[in-house]
Amino acid sequence: MADNQEKISANYKALDQFIEDNNYSSHDLIAVLHEAQRLFTYLPEEVQRHIAKKLSIPVSKVYGVVSFYSFFTMNKKGRFVINVCLGTACFVRGSDKILAEFEEQLGIKCGETTEDGKYTLTSLRCVGACGLAPVVQVNGKTYGNATVETVKEILAEYQEQ
Amino acid sequence: MERLKSFEEFLTLSKNLEGLLDIKKGNVDSDKYVISVCSGTGCQASESKEIVETFNKLIKENHLQDKVKCLISGCFGFCEKGPIVKISPDHAFYVKVRVEDCERIIKEHIIEHHTVEDLLYVNPLTNMRIRKQEDIPFYKKQHRIALRNCGFINPEDIKEYIASSGYSSLVKVLQSMTPEDVIKEVTDSGLRGRGGGGFPTGKKWALTRASNSEKKYVICNADEGDPGAFMDRSIMEGDPFSVIEAMTIGGYAIGSDEGVIYIRAEYPLAVGRLKIAIEQARKFGLLGKNILGTDFSFDIHIKFGAGAFVCGEETALIHSVEGERGEPTIKPPFPAVAGLFGKPTLVNNVETWANVPYIFNVGAKKFASIGTEKSKGTKVFALAGKINNVGLVEVPMGTTLREIIYDIGGGIKNNHKFKAAQTGGPSGGCIAEDNIDIPIDYDNLTSIGSMMGSGGLIVMDDTDCMVDIAKFYLGFTVEESCGKCTPCRIGNKRLYEILERICNGEGEEEDLEKLESLSNVIKDTALCGLGQSSPNPVLSTLKCFREEYEAHIKDKLCPAKKCKALARYHIDDNLCVGCGNCARKCPVEAIYKTDIKSKRNSKLFLYQIDDHKCIRCGTCESNCPLKAISL
Amino acid sequence: MVNIKINDIDLAVEENTTILQAARKLNINIPTLCHLSLHVANEKNHNSSCRICIVEVAGRRNLVPACSTYCQEGMDIKTHSLRVINARRTILELLLSDHPLECVTCDKNGVCILQNLAQKYGITDNPYKGELSKDNTEEGSIIKRNNAKCILCGACETVCSKVQTVSILGHRGRGFKTTIGPAFELSLENTPCTFCGQCVSVCPTGALTQTSSIGKVWKLLSDKTKHVVVQVAPAVRVALGELFDRPLGEVVTGKMVASLRRIGFEKVFDTDFAADVTVLEESHELLERLKEKKNLPILTSCCPGWINFIEHQFPDLVSIPSSCKSPHEMFGSLVKSYYAEKMGWDPKDIVVVSIMPCLAKKYEANRKELSQDGLKDVDYVLTTRELGKMIKEAGLNFNDLPDEDFDSPLGESSGAGVIFGSSGGVIEAALRQIQYDLTGEVKNIEFTNLHSLDGVKISEVDIAGNHLRIACASGLGNARYLLELIKSKKDHFDAIEIMACPGGCVSGGGQPFHKRKLSKTIVKARRDGLLSEDRNKSIRISSLNQQVNTLYKEYIGEIGGERAHKLLHTVFFSKEDE
Repeated sequence: MADNQEKISANYKALDQFIEDNNYSSHDLIAVLHEAQRLFTYLPEEVQRHIAKKLSIPVSKVYGVVSFYSFFTMNKKGRFVINVCLGTACFVRGSDKILAEFEEQLGIKCGETTEDGKYTLTSLRCVGACGLAPVVQVNGKTYGNATVETVKEILAEYQEQ
Repeated sequence: MERLKSFEEFLTLSKNLEGLLDIKKGNVDSDKYVISVCSGTGCQASESKEIVETFNKLIKENHLQDKVKCLISGCFGFCEKGPIVKISPDHAFYVKVRVEDCERIIKEHIIEHHTVEDLLYVNPLTNMRIRKQEDIPFYKKQHRIALRNCGFINPEDIKEYIASSGYSSLVKVLQSMTPEDVIKEVTDSGLRGRGGGGFPTGKKWALTRASNSEKKYVICNADEGDPGAFMDRSIMEGDPFSVIEAMTIGGYAIGSDEGVIYIRAEYPLAVGRLKIAIEQARKFGLLGKNILGTDFSFDIHIKFGAGAFVCGEETALIHSVEGERGEPTIKPPFPAVAGLFGKPTLVNNVETWANVPYIFNVGAKKFASIGTEKSKGTKVFALAGKINNVGLVEVPMGTTLREIIYDIGGGIKNNHKFKAAQTGGPSGGCIAEDNIDIPIDYDNLTSIGSMMGSGGLIVMDDTDCMVDIAKFYLGFTVEESCGKCTPCRIGNKRLYEILERICNGEGEEEDLEKLESLSNVIKDTALCGLGQSSPNPVLSTLKCFREEYEAHIKDKLCPAKKCKALARYHIDDNLCVGCGNCARKCPVEAIYKTDIKSKRNSKLFLYQIDDHKCIRCGTCESNCPLKAISL
Repeated sequence: MVNIKINDIDLAVEENTTILQAARKLNINIPTLCHLSLHVANEKNHNSSCRICIVEVAGRRNLVPACSTYCQEGMDIKTHSLRVINARRTILELLLSDHPLECVTCDKNGVCILQNLAQKYGITDNPYKGELSKDNTEEGSIIKRNNAKCILCGACETVCSKVQTVSILGHRGRGFKTTIGPAFELSLENTPCTFCGQCVSVCPTGALTQTSSIGKVWKLLSDKTKHVVVQVAPAVRVALGELFDRPLGEVVTGKMVASLRRIGFEKVFDTDFAADVTVLEESHELLERLKEKKNLPILTSCCPGWINFIEHQFPDLVSIPSSCKSPHEMFGSLVKSYYAEKMGWDPKDIVVVSIMPCLAKKYEANRKELSQDGLKDVDYVLTTRELGKMIKEAGLNFNDLPDEDFDSPLGESSGAGVIFGSSGGVIEAALRQIQYDLTGEVKNIEFTNLHSLDGVKISEVDIAGNHLRIACASGLGNARYLLELIKSKKDHFDAIEIMACPGGCVSGGGQPFHKRKLSKTIVKARRDGLLSEDRNKSIRISSLNQQVNTLYKEYIGEIGGERAHKLLHTVFFSKEDE
């Protein structure tokens, strides 16, 4: 717990440094949010309030921006983030079925995190690897030509970790 | 490297670099080799990074450092066959290379000078192996302008770019042309915006130049958001310098000293390459204060998008750059008059920019000789879907869909039948077989109810349900609509709901008329380009595949057997042995035993499915040992 | 000039004229929903998002919004072609498909712009039934937010962020699920909302309304053990008539008093009486500070929205407003002490109801520090709108009622108390008093340069050798401007009057809804009503109010004395981290 607190305050420090170093103002809100999400992995209320204060903008504006862009999240993510591509190329090659299979295997809906905090299941639109469609990414690692059958194999890879 | 301070210094440098690409070009007869490994996102996903590492390890182990260089390159476009490894100077083109193949390539090709035959591309029509890139049908009909350097130069080395005529356009512009000359050249080339609507680029430049202001901005729209389109990403990954050079030319033409590249955060590789390129250009004095010793100063920085398709619309993009919600605002005022921070702003997309240096290199006239009357030059398409050769292709405007799909794309996957091609992403429409021979350009696509869009080209076959496809695109629009104006926010949602009902077998006859009239009002009244074009997938499929809609509504049938709710599972009496496995596994007890004896096992009885109880889960199908159950 | 044609009529308009403005010149009515001119605050909500005002322009591929498309030479415009009407109807059907169709029980029934348009365009069907985008309702103690009825016009956000600069309300989320509200889906009570109520004023539908206390007041009125007394703020009497089709700005004090009596209030008092008390206390405070040259400027404290604002936004400045309670709170505490004693009533049995043009007063009445021995100074606050409803519920024919007078004592007031309802009035009343106190006469009774509708008014006066620099701000954005000036010491003032609502209480958040709320015509008419009432008064200086003098003589003692402090003054808090 103490470790956690330390890490959080280190993150705030790093964020302030980032804003200072780049001489960022209210117009750079999105860049600051990117950095904050990189540091904290998500954007909880306290972080947004902190940013609002730092950049002298209303917190309603920060929240408006966070809730507008799909890249930003206010939910803590699991250790492994599974992204199923639902771009057109992947969709016509059956990625909707793959997403459904992940939902079934993990017992969560797209956008949710498993209770043990291990997996987050999300979808995205086109990672640009259409040659490998359908595509699944786990923490940035890409699995191409996925099928309903390979879902189990992919999950097995993370079983022990 | 010292900053270049004059044109002369640049010319000296470029003279010194002249031979740099000789091996790659195959101009020289030497015993030296260059191994180019594709490092686009697609190939990197298939371990191309590891391939480079392995090659470098092997080169070292075999003491070949003086003879062989392994370099990364941008995307070759032939993503279906990635990872791709090309050996120069003899142009051997290896496909689907795996880490374990590296050793053979080094041993057989580099040391023993034999081609590794089984890694070459096989022409599926002739079953013959093809050795050289240019002989592969996928490349034969292509004309690469925007992609000219992709797969050729090392995207992380400005010297290779300069050796490939890079920056000669900027030098020409700064040395001998007034801003008006520059704009005239772009206008004469007939270049039109490659990002969507196809607005004449020269006109946009002229408008921005004409706006009086101390401060102006140049923006590169790299927020490629069409699902299934990735040409802009490939250009930035494979040839970032061309975008930077072009923006610098644009800055000179309109009188701006500041450029912004607005890029999706989901493109980490492209971001990295752009950052390297900007750094190198600054170092060489090709960006920053007093470029090449002239009075002209120009610098570029990168701004990130955060996942909003609507930010491809230029006013929304500008608001996003300003740190706001990416909601479009009404035009006029156009960005050329009041854009970023209220200042005149020139916005072009990546592919448009990538064409610019080429135009100054070869001249507007030559550029304008390519293409059709009103659409000049080439267009890059991201070819995907049910097609054999998925990848990036660049063809002259006026090429037909048939040529792209069959000659370049290698035809439909698994010998299925072509049904439709979708261009323009969620804003575009479906093109059916009867229009497959229309020459593709801006105006022709619009006239058949689609649009060029950014260049996604998704091929569909007879297993694709067009109502389902329309629903897919509407689902995308509903998710990506910013929510500002009523027709887009509520109208598209209602369109989606109607399509959903139809796919679920709950469609009513008046739904078709409703779809049509609502679509037309949305087109007529939505605030921005996204909203105005969002009903296109509905309207175009309604026009070309009306009978498919009617089948869903009247016959409660999905001809492509895609819509689950309309599917009917049935047990083939000729195959069923009466094992009862299906009935035991059925979660809703929809399968019952009949009193008819199985033809294959007279001791057991046939099973049947009660369609009213069936929930179409497919459990029976996957559990039938004899594959007697199907849709 | 630009030559255009609208519906085949030729017209020349100035440059930078929108199609909407041009059409209005020809008396052509193009419907609008999201478009809103806040004349008084010089602000516009003009995001062309609802698309109801679309018109056809020859040569344009799409229909264009009239509210934000500027006339260009040669434009040929059709405002009601079949194409336009069909599109407008579809847009209305879409809006209604995502709207709870519960008009009969809606607070805005009859004054809802969406309802009005649906009627005009003959919408009788809901062809696009589907999912409702939002359903969360916040039944706050003051403002009721019903997101399901929100059409995302953004007028509330504009007024909250641009005019009032408090930026509580903002767009949240994206697409179909977009809502407008506070960050993190908080309730207004958990934000630095000032409850000025301007968002409620500009909302075209029932998405933002007030939480009503009518039911509770009716119940108490029928409780024979209670003495239910009522007081009315000055700005109510110049706006209430609008609800009964009377001319804008007409002073309806007599009929208002008569109706309150018939509704059943035991005593009907005038808050203006307490305004006179406020003038005495506040000018005394100002003179003290001037003498010591300390803690200047003094800021007025009668506007509760403004007090909420300074407590949250300028927590380090909470020591400079006058410590006076707002007039109706003074009144409440006087009723439960002085008047109770006089009447022999047990304060516990007294219920004080205030009729106010304001929503923040509802918040203020619940402040813990505004009570004596556990009894709230004011028990319930009703808005002008709520009073209108009660009059109708009681079946009174307002226009036929006789004119009646307030009850005495606590019913008399000077003209100085009346003008509290309009921006500049409080400071003008104080200036009259200071002149009188220092010179024994009043040469300048009216400070006409304080009467304007400008958001910031700065003026200088010399009174008996004192050179005073004074300022007035109405609208919280203007208040912020003045406070920044003081904070950065860029300017010096001796006294500043601040009203949260643009124009002062006459355009308060509790006043009758009006289609073009905050238009200058309405605010001006209501203000003129107050000025004329002032001019018709026989006394126009607070200290000449005999009933006030009796109060001090009989009960309070010294102005600014111990009892005055107990009953008439309060404290403010720094609420930075709430």
